[in-house]
Amino acid sequence: MTTAPILELRDVHTSYGNIKALKGISLSVYPGEIVSIIGANGAGKSTTLMSICGIIPLKAGEVRYNGQAIQGKPADLLPPMGLCQVPEGRRIFPRLSVEDNLDMGAFFRRDKDEISKDREHVFALFPVLKDRRNQHGGTLSGGEQQMLAIGRALMSRPKVLLLDEPSLGLAPLIVQKIFEIINEINREDGTTILLVEQNANIALQTAQRGYVLETGAIIMEDEAQNLLNNPEIRKAYLGES
Amino acid sequence: MVWLFGLLWPLLGIHADGTLSFTRAFNVWFYIFAVTLVIVVVVVLQKQGILDGFGRSLGAGKTGLTAVYARTPQWAWIAAVAVLALVFPMFTGRYEQDVAINVLVYVCLGLGLNIVIGLAGMLDLGYIAFYGVGAYTYALLSVNFQIPFWLSLPVAAFTACIAGCIIGYPTLRMRGDYLAIVTLGFGEIVRIILNNWMELTNGPNGILGIKAPGIFFPSFAEGFSLEHLYLKKLHYLYYVILLLAVFTVIAVRRLNISRIGRAWEAIREDETAAELMGVNTYRLKLLAYAMGAIFAGLAGAFFAARVRFVSPESFTFLESATVLAMVVLGGMASIPGVILGALALIVLPEIFREFELYRMLCLGGAMVMMMVFKPSGFIAAKRLGRRSEEREG
Repeated sequence: MTTAPILELRDVHTSYGNIKALKGISLSVYPGEIVSIIGANGAGKSTTLMSICGIIPLKAGEVRYNGQAIQGKPADLLPPMGLCQVPEGRRIFPRLSVEDNLDMGAFFRRDKDEISKDREHVFALFPVLKDRRNQHGGTLSGGEQQMLAIGRALMSRPKVLLLDEPSLGLAPLIVQKIFEIINEINREDGTTILLVEQNANIALQTAQRGYVLETGAIIMEDEAQNLLNNPEIRKAYLGES
Repeated sequence: MVWLFGLLWPLLGIHADGTLSFTRAFNVWFYIFAVTLVIVVVVVLQKQGILDGFGRSLGAGKTGLTAVYARTPQWAWIAAVAVLALVFPMFTGRYEQDVAINVLVYVCLGLGLNIVIGLAGMLDLGYIAFYGVGAYTYALLSVNFQIPFWLSLPVAAFTACIAGCIIGYPTLRMRGDYLAIVTLGFGEIVRIILNNWMELTNGPNGILGIKAPGIFFPSFAEGFSLEHLYLKKLHYLYYVILLLAVFTVIAVRRLNISRIGRAWEAIREDETAAELMGVNTYRLKLLAYAMGAIFAGLAGAFFAARVRFVSPESFTFLESATVLAMVVLGGMASIPGVILGALALIVLPEIFREFELYRMLCLGGAMVMMMVFKPSGFIAAKRLGRRSEEREG
């Protein structure tokens, strides 16, 4: 690829107190692609996304978005720039209605007509949300909540969407459906997607490229197809013996 | 339950001179016994199915009432309440008006605190400090500079708002329990400052000689002129606080349905998620705090104008706790709930004046019962506004 990366991490270090969580992560995401980060529990996947979004401060290194350094920027300034995260465990607002949840995603936007257009777009992607638009977010099932969380992020019209474990705690059929929609978002809207997953199989099938994260460092980087065929990966992450 | 009886038995008969007598206590126990008996009889009857028919007719009545409620347009209810509130002083005496004024003051306070606790989800245990700031602002302006009430009102709101920002600025970085402790501390600090800053506040002696709210009344005695009257009569004061309360209700409702209100609720639900959605959580929390303080400041200025005397004693932690109890009892984030909570917590103790000794006991018991059986309050909050659930249903 010849174009410049839209999101780039350069030697990022993060720690919780004395415990080093990220030990020099470098990765780049190019416009329009789906990139997966796979790894085991505690490898630093969620920390990576939280570091990008400015929730966890960096100890060292650089995060560049659209050619601009964004580390140290307050987290609330990133969605207006087109960088939005679907956090791990969905974290929807349980006592707000589905519609209010979606509208929170467009909080920084003032263009009412466009917002309602985007709401319809989300309802088209996830028809079940439309049926439940007046229900409290907390009363939805896990899969619906994940859809709501993704829909909420889409309401900010992201250029880059960061997804943290969208398959967490969901039935395989629902996971399949959610990944189909992730593909659709990428294809139809041209949204760049950085995906963090434990479910390496589906993540690598969806993505074009992948990174393998282990104890806070990237140990492998390749085309997703190659990673899927790599015997080491198959053994460690796809449960093959 | 036995341990409770055992625990409370000696308490009931203690007299000031240290002797114990149970005569009065027996009286009370008789009431408790009678009430328990009635409840037991009802429960037994219900268990045996005798009350089924009665329950059915009750249920039918309830659905009928709900239907009537649903059919009557909302403005009719609001109009009915408004008319009732307007004519109230014409049919009541000093005592009832005094109680009503108290209720309305607490409605203002409760709704202000409701912004902080119910909407933004920050537990504030020092809320009464802003009430005190508002009251002292008007007291000092009135006594030292003879500034009239209506001019002082916005000043009191402003100083309370500033106080809110000063207290909020360092504390709002904290979350949950820590915030509660720090606000508790700040509430006490404000009270202690009022108590000890002799030159400014006259310390524990308080400030005397505060002017009542004035009004320009047209007079046609010698041609047309405006006469300045002080509203010292209780029913005039009632209308002043009614005005303030209505203003508060409208303002809080507007805030509630705005996008800022929605953002506050999002912060209450999940602060990190709200931040990830582009909400400047710190600024909005500070705004909630300042807004809450403004309404407390308004109520405080009125309090000073009504009692015409302020002293630090009126702004103790107990007051904060009372307002908090109103918000929790009535239903967090629900405006009618908070109003009902204020009504209940002011009027019920007045009704049970005879049982003065057991008032707090009853109140405590009622609070426990509420938390067990109806934890979301008398009137649970639904999100207000255009797209609320009740619209569809």
